[in-house]
Amino acid sequence: MSNEISKHHKQRLRAEIRFKRYGMAALGFSLAVLVFLMGSLFANGLPGFIKTKIMLPIHFDVAAIIPENADIASVPPSAFNKLMQQALRRTFPDAQDSDGRALYGLISGGAGAEIKKILLKNPGVLSTTQDVSFVAASKADLFFKGQISERTPEADRKLSDKQVGWLKKLQADGRISKSFNTTLFSAGDSRTPERAGFLGAMVGSAFTLIVCILVVFPIGVATAVYLEEFARKGLFVDIIEVNINNLAAVPSIVFGLLGLAVYINVMGMPRSASLVGGMTLALMILPVIIIATRAALKAIPDSIRDAARALGASPLQVVWHHTLPLSMPGVMTGTILGMARAIGETAPLLMIGMVAFVADIPSGFTSPATVMPVQIYLWASSPEAGFAEKTAAAILVLLTLLLAMNALAIYLRKRLEVRW
Amino acid sequence: MSKIITENVEVFYGRKQALFDVNISMPANSVTALIGPSGCGKSTFLRCLNRMNDTIDGCRVEGRIMVDNRNINSPEQDVVQLRSWIGMVFQKPNPFPKSIYDNVAYGPRIHGIAESKNALDVIVEKSLTNAGLWDEVKDRLSETGTSLSGGQQQRLCIARTLAVNPEVILMDEPCSALDPIATARIEELIADLREYYTIVIVTHSMQQAARVSQQTCFFHLGKVIESGTTKQIFNSPVNKQTQDYIMGRYG
Repeated sequence: MSNEISKHHKQRLRAEIRFKRYGMAALGFSLAVLVFLMGSLFANGLPGFIKTKIMLPIHFDVAAIIPENADIASVPPSAFNKLMQQALRRTFPDAQDSDGRALYGLISGGAGAEIKKILLKNPGVLSTTQDVSFVAASKADLFFKGQISERTPEADRKLSDKQVGWLKKLQADGRISKSFNTTLFSAGDSRTPERAGFLGAMVGSAFTLIVCILVVFPIGVATAVYLEEFARKGLFVDIIEVNINNLAAVPSIVFGLLGLAVYINVMGMPRSASLVGGMTLALMILPVIIIATRAALKAIPDSIRDAARALGASPLQVVWHHTLPLSMPGVMTGTILGMARAIGETAPLLMIGMVAFVADIPSGFTSPATVMPVQIYLWASSPEAGFAEKTAAAILVLLTLLLAMNALAIYLRKRLEVRW
Repeated sequence: MSKIITENVEVFYGRKQALFDVNISMPANSVTALIGPSGCGKSTFLRCLNRMNDTIDGCRVEGRIMVDNRNINSPEQDVVQLRSWIGMVFQKPNPFPKSIYDNVAYGPRIHGIAESKNALDVIVEKSLTNAGLWDEVKDRLSETGTSLSGGQQQRLCIARTLAVNPEVILMDEPCSALDPIATARIEELIADLREYYTIVIVTHSMQQAARVSQQTCFFHLGKVIESGTTKQIFNSPVNKQTQDYIMGRYG
């Protein structure tokens, strides 16, 4: 080997090694960022899936708080808070009259409803004393999770020294228990962190996605089939193609404005509804579906079309019997990835009013709703400390769903793809 | 008696003319081979015979193509009906990614040929038998057609074409993707099928044309240079170009 060549060879080798190292450095950086993100989400979010309960001996003596012979079912739940308050008083006899608010504030406002539920379910408890577990107020919950520290000066702390003392006594008496936070998956939004749930947003997202897929799938697939299989290639198709590709790159907030203008202002559909949300997201996802479907159709060799045509299949039969079924794995994958994008989209929904505070779980396509990413946004901007862990927990739920959808897309692609 | 007669057939791809004034006739129940160097227009001509060129944007076919005294190149001719009558086998085996049974049954199904499941079974068996494939696949009709070997796939494609019961079968280099043994089987099959069908075959192989055909047309640069019986073309070609091509001097 001549000197020239061997020198050049070494240079090439070094360049290759350098290039490999750049690649590894880039990969390492992205992995580190990912680990940091997931680590911080898990550290913040996992406590959000746990709730603290405080057990109190409730004396079910309703005579003192409701009119005689009144039907329990007709009494407002808040009236039964009194029983919880009496139990607290009995547990802490040394508390002053003026300590009332501080003492009662340790238990979540839903206590009355809990007591009413027990009374309705089991009237036998009347006039007896039973231990009942109540959801702790957010402050108390955070204390037991170590997020409010005793060592913080009282002035900077959300709990007073007295409250800390009570909570420690409850803990010493074994009245504190922790359990899975079912509220997160059974309630709608609330102003108080311990009563706020993610189910409303999840149902809202589900309704929105159903509308979205019902609108986008037929339109998107039909458009792609027409452009790919029927339309004569030419200027017209080229212009449409360029526009579809451009549409895929339009910022999503613009689609929100379009949805606001067309669906709400012109067509008079209700604000904040998943119907409008789904149709707005459909506009945004449409180019994605069209592009994915066209790619899937393009991947089918012409020999299949020729084979069907040569047997006398009409153009519609060629599409219906061959190209469309064969492209389905690709179409499905594209649709799921489009849906995954839709489920995580926030900006366009802000424009159509889906950012409202909705405490009820949406009951239909036209009822006011919010969706998961918007709920995360709302919680993240709430001042109460208890919402921080809720936010992270909600992000974990959303990420899990996204991961599941992407995994399904990969599975379908691997499972159903046809090799030629 | 000529089954197919073409009169002044010219084909244009956009502004480019691919075929010039093709006038040939092909007798019924015989094999006509179209030979010539690559790009000479023989495949283009074959695709005119069942209007497969219709699907190519910018392709225009002029002239009259008479099959049984009917001009199939007229706009009134329904192509779907035409193709059930003139079948085609392609260069690369292209079975549908469906079961062997469904591959063969597809044609009869879309044309509504079979009245019942039983009738369909009979057609499938008969077609596969006539394509010389039945014994090899009768126990695995539900397997996908693409799982067969290349030669079997091509015979499956022939069976699929036979199932529609055509009168004419067009074959576009049906053996070019196959090994010599599979090729020999297809050639035997063509010899058997000749009895019932009119076959037009495009081939690159001189020997194949000599072995399977009774008529031969030599194409060059979009024109028919010479056509006649295979014996005459191979033994005593009139034209110098034909002679050179057959002797292997070019192409």
